[in-house]
Amino acid sequence: MMDAATIVKALLVAIPLSVAGVALLRIRWVLRLPLGIAAGVAAAFVLAAWLESGGLAYLVSFATMGGIYAILALGLNTQWGYGGHLNFGIAGFFAIGAFTTALFTTAEPTGTLAQYTQQAFGLEMPFLVGIAAGAVVAGIVALLIAVPVLRLRMDFLAIATIGIAEIIRLIFQNERWLANGPQPLRGIPQPGRCILEEQCGPHWLTVFLEPLTPRDYTYLYLIVITVFVVAVYLLAERAVRSPWGRMLRATRDEESSTAMSGKNVPWVRIQSFVFGAVIMGIAGGLYAHYTVTIDYSHFRPLFATFMVWVMLMLGGSGNNAGAVLGAFIVWAVWSGTAFMVGALEPVLGAISEDLPSRASYLRWLFVALLLAGIVLFRPQGIMPEEKVVSRHAFAPGEGPGEGGAQHQG
Amino acid sequence: MTDAADIAETSRAATDWRELRPAERLKAALQTRTAMVAAVILVLLGLWLAAEVQDVARSRLLSLAVWGVMLGGVIGLGAIGLTLIYGVLKFPNFSHGALVTLGAYIAFAVVTVWPGQSPALGPFSFGWDLIVGMIIAMPLVGLAALGLDRVVYRRLRIQKSSLVLFAMASLAMAFLLRSLIYLAWGSDFHFYYQGRANPSFTLIGVQVQADQIFILVLAFTLVGLIYLLLGRTKMGKAMRATANNPELAQVRGINTERVIAWTWIMSGALAAAGGVMYGLASQLRPEMGFWLLLPMFAAVIMGTIGNPRGALVGAIIIGVAQQVSTAFLNPAYGPAVAFVLMVLTLLLRPQGLFGGGS
Repeated sequence: MMDAATIVKALLVAIPLSVAGVALLRIRWVLRLPLGIAAGVAAAFVLAAWLESGGLAYLVSFATMGGIYAILALGLNTQWGYGGHLNFGIAGFFAIGAFTTALFTTAEPTGTLAQYTQQAFGLEMPFLVGIAAGAVVAGIVALLIAVPVLRLRMDFLAIATIGIAEIIRLIFQNERWLANGPQPLRGIPQPGRCILEEQCGPHWLTVFLEPLTPRDYTYLYLIVITVFVVAVYLLAERAVRSPWGRMLRATRDEESSTAMSGKNVPWVRIQSFVFGAVIMGIAGGLYAHYTVTIDYSHFRPLFATFMVWVMLMLGGSGNNAGAVLGAFIVWAVWSGTAFMVGALEPVLGAISEDLPSRASYLRWLFVALLLAGIVLFRPQGIMPEEKVVSRHAFAPGEGPGEGGAQHQG
Repeated sequence: MTDAADIAETSRAATDWRELRPAERLKAALQTRTAMVAAVILVLLGLWLAAEVQDVARSRLLSLAVWGVMLGGVIGLGAIGLTLIYGVLKFPNFSHGALVTLGAYIAFAVVTVWPGQSPALGPFSFGWDLIVGMIIAMPLVGLAALGLDRVVYRRLRIQKSSLVLFAMASLAMAFLLRSLIYLAWGSDFHFYYQGRANPSFTLIGVQVQADQIFILVLAFTLVGLIYLLLGRTKMGKAMRATANNPELAQVRGINTERVIAWTWIMSGALAAAGGVMYGLASQLRPEMGFWLLLPMFAAVIMGTIGNPRGALVGAIIIGVAQQVSTAFLNPAYGPAVAFVLMVLTLLLRPQGLFGGGS
């Protein structure tokens, strides 16, 4: 039988699983909503009963990081998928979001703590203000890069962003006064944690969450992440299917005809780049509140730039659902290779005694090969971009009349 | 050189200087080569002044500038290969940094397996083993670059993929090479020669090391050889023709695939030489090439894409600026100095110092 804690956990996990269920079932909405939720709840209880509590906690932390990566991939999708911008500096915007949020929500260190921690300021603002601040600062930095570089050739942006990400990381590594330099910045508050620790919040909630210990906070945070993934996804979808989104795609594909239609091409490009960077800043803020402790080493190009590219390219650039799908698949592959490498260790030890300690780099090799394979054999990804994204236009041969007003291709 | 530059040139020739509005006239004046040279000199002067304000001894600044020229030679060796590939294949090769690292580590492997300790050569800190290591590393890295082209980039060329996919594939190859280097040599840093003295002497009031002079001479020699090759040999002419207009070159009977293959080999070999020199000047780390990537790109853009001489000039400017800035700035910010110079170039004169137009 399940104890109270397991039931509460199952109910909490049921929320993101229901969202996933509704998202994955591609049927009519009348059936989709109840069936998706039912499948999600059922899956949650089966998982909770079947897995040990450690296994369930692992799945929750996996899904949380997957969700943060999904937001990053959605941000990159507005830049690369819809705008055609090569941003090789995702890590930079991610780091800015994370550190800004941290500075806005932590308290300024006092007493003995001040000897170990230095930070430019600590405002003790609420969670959402911190996330918004991270998003705004990431957007401002993106604007500063976009204005000189985006009016030039596309490849210059790739070089400039790879440089700016490196410089941002160097700043957070070396400037002690800003965010505690090479030492980690600790104690970033987690939204709603006090419900588990001090029974704050509404009465019914504290009663419902009574069986949980503060260690089970990740279950609550997964719900926060779910809300953000859904919100950013809907926002991105809304943006793409609006006239603004069609203008972005037109600028990407046919710059001169867009200019002839009276659109300000450089300004359109700047908009999509900044919009994507804002989303990356949000992801950074969510990451900071998840890990509680951040330092510059979290924002290396492999984890924060390269991985996101693999996710978007695998899922399908130009397709928001593909971006989310790709994020979870690649994150699952990356997490799975940890076990694979563990299993390979005896074999590697037989080849050379140095190899087992370096086995984790096999995972890099694997991800690099994955990206090369996608670029070579399926550059459009699993879910290719839809040709028609407007509700008012019909794909050729599908709509009324003779396929609407447009003939593409 | 490029179509865009041609159009810019003709349109500029067509409009009379006096017909322009004052704002446009100012903009045109700012985009001339003279203005860019002036801007570069201003930046260098600014760095010098900043050091003066902080009371840095003049002799130290002078040595820093000389070391900067040496660092410029190292960056230049990498940047020449980068600019050749950029010119012929038209995409920024993000795996070039990993080729630099690979060259350094192959030479390290040779130094490690060399029987006994090779004694230092004359005033230098290295022995024959490093020279042999470099001579082995250069063709090997060239072949590695060619291999990557055969497996990845050539397929993309056949599929007529867009240039952004080339850039992305090169990023994937950068991580692939780096992970192989980590697997083979681990993440610790190494030295070619642990704890060997590297004597410095005073030459006309400036402290220099014999190694630095060697690096500089080597860089200039290799650049001279590249110039002879590009200017005097058939392959060099074919390379320039392919860089200028691949279709036309093909129509005129040039085997562009062969030209591309030789470009990769040269690019890889120069990167390897740069890596060995960089490893000799500092230390070997798996990320060393990645750190050089930004200065190398800055040099390529400053000196006009596809122009080896420009890449060397740009590299020396960046090397000097980086070294002089260490007088008052945390040395970790070297890449940031290169970045500022690159953005300045993009703002004032995107076609670089030696580009067409104006």
